[in-house]
Amino acid sequence: MKAIATRVRAVLAVIGIGLALSACGYNTIPTLQEQAKARWSDVQNQYQRRADLIPNLVATVQGYAAQEKSVLTAVVEARAKATQVKVSVDDLTDPAKLKAFQDAQNQLSGALGRLLAVTENYPDLKSNANFLALQSQLEGTENRIAVARRDYIEAVRVYNTSLRTFPTVIWAKFFFTDAKPMAEFTANEGAEKPPAVKF
Amino acid sequence: MGNAPLRAAGTAITIIVFCALATFAFAFDFPPLTGRVVDQANVMTPQSRANVEAKLKDLEDKSSIQLVVATVKSLQGGDIETFANELFRFWKLGEAKKNNGVLFLIAPAEHKVRIEVGYGLEGTLTDALSSVIIQSAVLPRFKANDFSGGIERGVDGIISVLSGDTTDWQRKIAVRQDDTGSLISALLPFVFFGVFIFVFFQMIRAERSPSGRYVRRNGRMVFVPFPGGGWGGGSSSSGWGGSSGGGFDGGFSGGGGSSGGGGASGSW
Repeated sequence: MKAIATRVRAVLAVIGIGLALSACGYNTIPTLQEQAKARWSDVQNQYQRRADLIPNLVATVQGYAAQEKSVLTAVVEARAKATQVKVSVDDLTDPAKLKAFQDAQNQLSGALGRLLAVTENYPDLKSNANFLALQSQLEGTENRIAVARRDYIEAVRVYNTSLRTFPTVIWAKFFFTDAKPMAEFTANEGAEKPPAVKF
Repeated sequence: MGNAPLRAAGTAITIIVFCALATFAFAFDFPPLTGRVVDQANVMTPQSRANVEAKLKDLEDKSSIQLVVATVKSLQGGDIETFANELFRFWKLGEAKKNNGVLFLIAPAEHKVRIEVGYGLEGTLTDALSSVIIQSAVLPRFKANDFSGGIERGVDGIISVLSGDTTDWQRKIAVRQDDTGSLISALLPFVFFGVFIFVFFQMIRAERSPSGRYVRRNGRMVFVPFPGGGWGGGSSSSGWGGSSGGGFDGGFSGGGGSSGGGGASGSW
């Protein structure tokens, strides 16, 4: 009788420990990790959305300003490069990969900025309804990129903090030893800002 | 000593409550969401404020879309895109599941205006359409210092675009309910677990007690009412239903929606 009681007590202790584990921290790290990964997918989606807009934009500009060949091809090439650089969610701990992604996207931002600056010289193009719609879509997409990046940076900050602060640091040290801090964007000043597409 | 696991469970609950109280920091100092029109900059006439408020209420009654007009004294050094996005998230406009909120933000001091669109309406109120509304309906009047007129025209434009989507034009009520404090639902399993442990312990105590038979019956008495429904009849259950309904009947508040930067801005 007594033996049964102690065994039950032991089982209860194990359950209690399990409860305490999940209560504060054990689930936190995987949860935050998944959230940061999801935010990264958002970032990549928004950049993809921008890339999808570009062929249309290039075609529209070409109709009015075909002689601006060098600017147009620069955009097309930068787009081709940028769409090739993808960072899977498992590579987020590698700052070099993130930097490569960022560099490619910045290159595209620069080329786009030059293209939009050139369009200033073509009044017909600037009053074209299709171009105006594309322009506002591009503006919106740049803004969505900024928001997605901010959300990702915040998610990574929270996740990285959890790896280094009490009480979650305990679980990080003993259970999630493979959980590495994720890389944040190391944007050079000005690159965070969308290229000026305002007229 | 019999209370030790119970106490452990209690501690666990305390810890989880503590952990759940994570604070969310915003960079700006936002005005409170006092109604469908928050005229902090005080640029609207009372007449047009009432007009707009009626239109916005009508829109929400018909389509459950939450459109809020805000004028602010200052963007506090931020750009209007960031400010609008964070204000939208601070107010949580639109329903949590549908994200069907729209924020029409005017910053007269900075000469900036923005329509910030919730995730769920990005397909209807597109960036291009938002831009057209701002450029053609709003800005010409703002340039002439006619803020009330510009805001009214802008609201008309937004509403007409939003009501073009007829599938969304019937009131849907079902979604709001999942607002019932996520903390309570998070704690519920632990409360049940605590009760379980308590019951278990009572039973073990009964087993060990010298006057076994009598106490065991007592132990059962604790156990039986649990699935029987004796609990649900109490006043606590009716109290719950009431708390979920409150909040959006009396005062006006956001429904938990979010935005990812859709919409368009303009300046004059």
